[in-house]
Amino acid sequence: MQTQSMFGTKAEGLLLMQQRSRVSMFWKMIFIFATAIAILFLLLLLVSVIDSIFGYTVIRNEVDVPELVSGASSLDDLSRSQLEETARDNLSSGILRRVEYEKPIAEQSDRELRALIEQYIIKPSVLRSWGLWDSITKQDEIGAYMANQEDSYLIFKSWITPDFLTNDQSANPLNAGIRTALLGSLWIIAITFLLAFPIGVGSAIYLEEYADDTKLNRMLQLNIFNLSAVPSIIYGLLGLAVFVRAMEGVTSGAIFSAVADTTANGRTILSGGLTLGLLVLPIIIINTQEALKGVPDTLRMSSYGVGATKWQTIWSHVLPVSFDRILTGTILALSRALGETAPLVVIGASTFISVDPSSIFSKFTTLPIQIYQWSARPQGSYRNIAAAAIIVLLVLLLVLNSGAIYLRDILSKKKRMAA
Amino acid sequence: MTQRSITHPFGKKRRLHERVIETILFLFALFSIMITVGIAVILIRESFLFFSTPEVTLVGFFTGKTWQPMIDMFGFLPLLNATITTSVIAMLFAIPLGLFVAIYLAEYATDKVRGRLKPILEVLAGIPTIVYGYFALTFMTPLLRSIFGQETVEIYNTASAGLVIGILVLPMIATMAEDAISAVPKELRLAGLALGGTPIETTFRVVIPAALSGLSATFLLALSRAIGETMIVALAAGAGPNMTFNPFEAAETITGYIVRISGGDVSYNSVDYNSIFALGLVLFIITFTLNLISRKVSSLFYQEYE
Repeated sequence: MQTQSMFGTKAEGLLLMQQRSRVSMFWKMIFIFATAIAILFLLLLLVSVIDSIFGYTVIRNEVDVPELVSGASSLDDLSRSQLEETARDNLSSGILRRVEYEKPIAEQSDRELRALIEQYIIKPSVLRSWGLWDSITKQDEIGAYMANQEDSYLIFKSWITPDFLTNDQSANPLNAGIRTALLGSLWIIAITFLLAFPIGVGSAIYLEEYADDTKLNRMLQLNIFNLSAVPSIIYGLLGLAVFVRAMEGVTSGAIFSAVADTTANGRTILSGGLTLGLLVLPIIIINTQEALKGVPDTLRMSSYGVGATKWQTIWSHVLPVSFDRILTGTILALSRALGETAPLVVIGASTFISVDPSSIFSKFTTLPIQIYQWSARPQGSYRNIAAAAIIVLLVLLLVLNSGAIYLRDILSKKKRMAA
Repeated sequence: MTQRSITHPFGKKRRLHERVIETILFLFALFSIMITVGIAVILIRESFLFFSTPEVTLVGFFTGKTWQPMIDMFGFLPLLNATITTSVIAMLFAIPLGLFVAIYLAEYATDKVRGRLKPILEVLAGIPTIVYGYFALTFMTPLLRSIFGQETVEIYNTASAGLVIGILVLPMIATMAEDAISAVPKELRLAGLALGGTPIETTFRVVIPAALSGLSATFLLALSRAIGETMIVALAAGAGPNMTFNPFEAAETITGYIVRISGGDVSYNSVDYNSIFALGLVLFIITFTLNLISRKVSSLFYQEYE
């Protein structure tokens, strides 16, 4: 029996219902699929980096160890006297003179001597490298490649090693390290923090606690939102024109007669840190405002009630209560500065420095800039060290962020205990 | 800035040092205005120097199809064209995907799933852009080349850069769009369901239209982010201006050009040096306008729900 309704028969109605629920299911699938793709990209990103830091590498030595000292198969077999002898006999006179001048061979440790011999005498160079995936799946191809090679050997190499963290920069990817870049990043972050934290927190306190709803204050707030969305490269141009060029006397240290090296010309750590300070300032202000908004008004009222002035209330009640969230917000902003590349390239970070930065007036390079430089080179093995540097950067960010969360937990626990 | 319901009992009649502190804090807040003014003044001043160079004309700058400073050709259209190409590719990729993720998170995912997924998106958003640039160069480009053929896809190309910019802005779109969708009051959904709509019909015909202002503001902000993105295009899109509409060819964007020129040692007051500021000004105006429109859109169509 069919029941009639204004939408047709019952069977037609059921059919329509089925159709509509099928459409529902279809779209739900699409939504889940989209989310899966978004997560997939995060995985791909990590996998593609990790893939590049391990793998088979073909290395050719200019001179092999047995040719230097008969009977020895690697540098580790050599005794102290053999090491010294090898270094003296085989180093070219110019390099030998420089080495003796900087630190005499007799005074160098065994480890330093081995590094010296490897760098200047054995001179290993990478002929070709494969990623982890290719190393596992394309063993035939690697074997075929090796069959055609002479005087070279195949090793399974991890590109991220303790030496990679502590070595100087080098033109040879095998010896290159990121010590100067790491130090540069840390110096820059310190300057960034010193500029942006006081000004940022101060601005946020003004906007949240003092500002009336006037036109000027509304403009201040709107301006901060706009600044937070200005592309970072624009800050680089600002830093180039103001810190590097107009304030060259200050940022190069010439005014304080504290020039660290004569070639920096205002392209110093100070300029870089100040530029990034301006960049993260709006972020710190917004984060701190959020933290202050979380403080209940009852706290302010009770403080006023016992006769505290406005600043006393802010200093002894509002700030201590919101301090954990202000700190977390600041650390998040600093981790943004740590990964920032474009503004520092624009203000002219050095690409190759072999001396550690010694003061705020030194030339500098940072971790992201190293990654940029190495990624941009066409030779394969630079990609490997770029990936290794990326891992270091990501670990650093992870430590910073989890440190922020840890600190917040400790501080909020303390707060609850005190309450 | 939130308007507090309480004020200090003594109001403005406060001790001197209290007023000093307030003034200092106010000056701190003014500092951010100085940044904006500084950016504007410097970009305009250096651009003025650029346009007063005899070889450069305003008309030539905005209509010229060749950017070759070596032979005094300063038409910025190829740079703008590449910027638009990468941004459009990024948006075509990220807007639908980000919107779908947002709908899933806001309307379908359980609290437990949402609690797991949102941190993942935050991690994705916290990765420095240089890492995305590396990803574009070592993963996306080889992928595109293996799909479309080595001959069609150049080693440096705007498609790869655009897609990776899309991945970069995806978490931003997803989280902001989720906020916009979640802000739609529950009553509207219930009304839609009570009228017999399926969940998906309610989402598409009731919730999304109600969240439209927040969504369009999100998309505009994401577009502005894509236009200003630098390191991905610097690594993957290629060096050298190229007037092409083919996304598989190399073409330099505005940001890519600024980074390449300033990365080398440019001497002050040269045309090269001034040109990066003129291009910076164009970039600043475009992104600033987009940000302002985005703010206006979200307040203009903002509906107050009871």
